[in-house]
Amino acid sequence: MNDADKKRLLKEMIFFRRFEDRTFEAYMERKIGGFLHLYSGQEAVATGVLEKAMLGKGTGNDYVITGYRDHVHALKAGAPAREVMAELYGKETGSSRGRGGSMHIFDPSVNFMGGYALVGQPFPLAAGLAMGCKHKGTKQIAICFLGDGANNQGTFHETMNMAKVWNLPVLFVCENNGYAIGTHIDRSTAVKDQYKRVCAYDMQASQHDGMDIEIVMEAAEKAIDFVRSGKGPYFIEFMTYRFRGHSMSDAKSYRTREEEIEWEKRDPIKIFSKRLIEQNLLTEDDIKAMKKEIDDEIENDIIKFAEESPEPKVEDLNKYVLDDHPDPRWIGPLQQ
Amino acid sequence: MAEIAYWEAIRRAHDEEMANDRMVIAMGEDIGVAGGTYKATLGLYDKYGEDRVIDTPISENSYTGIGIGASMVGMRPIIEIMSINFALLALDTLVNAAAKIRYMSGGRAQCPIVMRTPGGTAHQLAAQHSARLARMFMSTSGLRVVTPRGPIDAYGMLKSAVRCNDPVIIIEHEQMYSLKEEVPDEEFFRPLEGAEIVREGSDITLVGYNFSVHLCLEAAKRLEADGIHAEVLDLRVLKPLDRELIRKSVEKTHRVLIAEEDEAPVGVGAEIMALINEDCFFALDAQPVRIHAADVPVPYNARLEKAAIPSADDVYQGALKVMGKI
Ligand SMILES: Cc1ncc(C[n+]2csc(CCOP(=O)(O)OP(=O)(O)O)c2C)c(N)n1
Ligand SMILES: [Mg+2]
Repeated sequence: MNDADKKRLLKEMIFFRRFEDRTFEAYMERKIGGFLHLYSGQEAVATGVLEKAMLGKGTGNDYVITGYRDHVHALKAGAPAREVMAELYGKETGSSRGRGGSMHIFDPSVNFMGGYALVGQPFPLAAGLAMGCKHKGTKQIAICFLGDGANNQGTFHETMNMAKVWNLPVLFVCENNGYAIGTHIDRSTAVKDQYKRVCAYDMQASQHDGMDIEIVMEAAEKAIDFVRSGKGPYFIEFMTYRFRGHSMSDAKSYRTREEEIEWEKRDPIKIFSKRLIEQNLLTEDDIKAMKKEIDDEIENDIIKFAEESPEPKVEDLNKYVLDDHPDPRWIGPLQQ
Repeated sequence: MAEIAYWEAIRRAHDEEMANDRMVIAMGEDIGVAGGTYKATLGLYDKYGEDRVIDTPISENSYTGIGIGASMVGMRPIIEIMSINFALLALDTLVNAAAKIRYMSGGRAQCPIVMRTPGGTAHQLAAQHSARLARMFMSTSGLRVVTPRGPIDAYGMLKSAVRCNDPVIIIEHEQMYSLKEEVPDEEFFRPLEGAEIVREGSDITLVGYNFSVHLCLEAAKRLEADGIHAEVLDLRVLKPLDRELIRKSVEKTHRVLIAEEDEAPVGVGAEIMALINEDCFFALDAQPVRIHAADVPVPYNARLEKAAIPSADDVYQGALKVMGKI
């Protein structure tokens, strides 16, 4: 990785952290409603994995899909930050035109195929995206990010089996943050190491530190190469931690302050900042300036855009339920 | 023009649509090498190969989800669920995903899947193989639900469903797969909206869908012998309902009976009753009647099963009641 990329990636992770922090404030101001699940602490996973994927505008890129903790995955996949924030504000200019909200960010223009609330549902959807890629004979792959808790759904087992039997180009990224809401993994899951579970399906798998972006990138590159070369699905597990509560209403009574402090020492942004300073690529002041620049952009551009955007029109309530411009040859109505 | 069976009509539609567009695939349990429980994909595995006629493991929710994911990137999967009872296992991906993806993405994503499944009682298949469940799908926004009554609609509606950009649920029936009808040899499409008058009459409207249309037709014949001219209306499509045609027919006959094979509570008949109340209450000359299954799990015992499920005679008797003859 060259120096410019290192600096850019640090800046991206700081941006993602500040973006999430700012949505927290907007939630407190009641500008954002519903459920809001923040990604703080896990930035190195989405940033590092997707850095190694084919991303950006256009149809030739990899497909990305995830659960409800989806803002950062969407942003890194290329969804404009203005539109993601506007979606959280429920505005017509939002990624999903204000119809989806925090848990359902969609941006098919960058092949970000959505955030889904039903735990475990994206497993088969991801395998389906991969089936489409394989059928079309493109070099694309599907990348599915889900939590440790999702692995206890039936869709996990059903999909791992089919992905392997059909040799689908799909990468399953397990973000193991140790908890499913307030239940610690030891109390819900018979096997501690999640990557071991897919050996039942004879699938390639590995486990890595998810707090160090360079480790994430190295591991992700190998896994992505494996999948892209047609060798079949891969399951990669990253050990990580969410710094905030599961969603907004979470007193975190299920974990100790000591545990949090231990993990905060391994904050992916701190680890990477420290390293870049040691490598004389940046100074503390540079990082401060970076944060200032990010905060200004969030406030003066992104939040401003969301605030000033129009709400969807009530007349448009029934738009997007079905195809709004169907071909009458197939739909009808039947001529009497 | 040749007389073909319902299952052959479905098979022909698969074949033509798969030949027309290589993005069309079929998925389901035992549909490939075995040719399908009801032969709906017979011979297609040999013709199109294992990548397009896909034998799935017994994982209804996830293979439906895989079909949905594939449809989001341009594929046109036709998913067969062996029995509508098993579709309950796929409700998460069907109802929580397929039906809502277009809406919650603000129209930016779509999932044009077709799910076909037989829903209905056959002969002594007992409680876990006799569900009808049409009412559950017709109450879900974001789905289209159609119920072809014979080979012409089975063929023409499947072809339209493959080309339509919305998720379409096609509810077939165990007892209809061998039903025959003259079907034109040239390609045609039958629309996914619109009910149909399948028998004209002036005295009473018998409303049916799926298999119950045949019960209505049989009852109408007997009523004719009594000098009662019954009109038979096939709903064809449960979502969206053709309330306009229901209104027109009731305004003509002033009397109505609704026949459904499903249980009554919160059902198709209840919905039609509500529409009639809203749209043409003052056109009614008599209280409408619903003919429906007993509110019990379907029994195994043949005598009990018969008692639980509506017959043509039940429709006939119900019509006499509406006519004030009993
Ligand atoms: C099918 C389903 N069951 C339950 C829930 C409620 N729920 C939301 S998030 C969650 C925990 C998921 O934990 P994990 O997969 O580890 O993801 P994390 O939140 O830690 O990122 C639960 C139980 C849900 N959304 N969907
Ligand atoms: Mg978790």
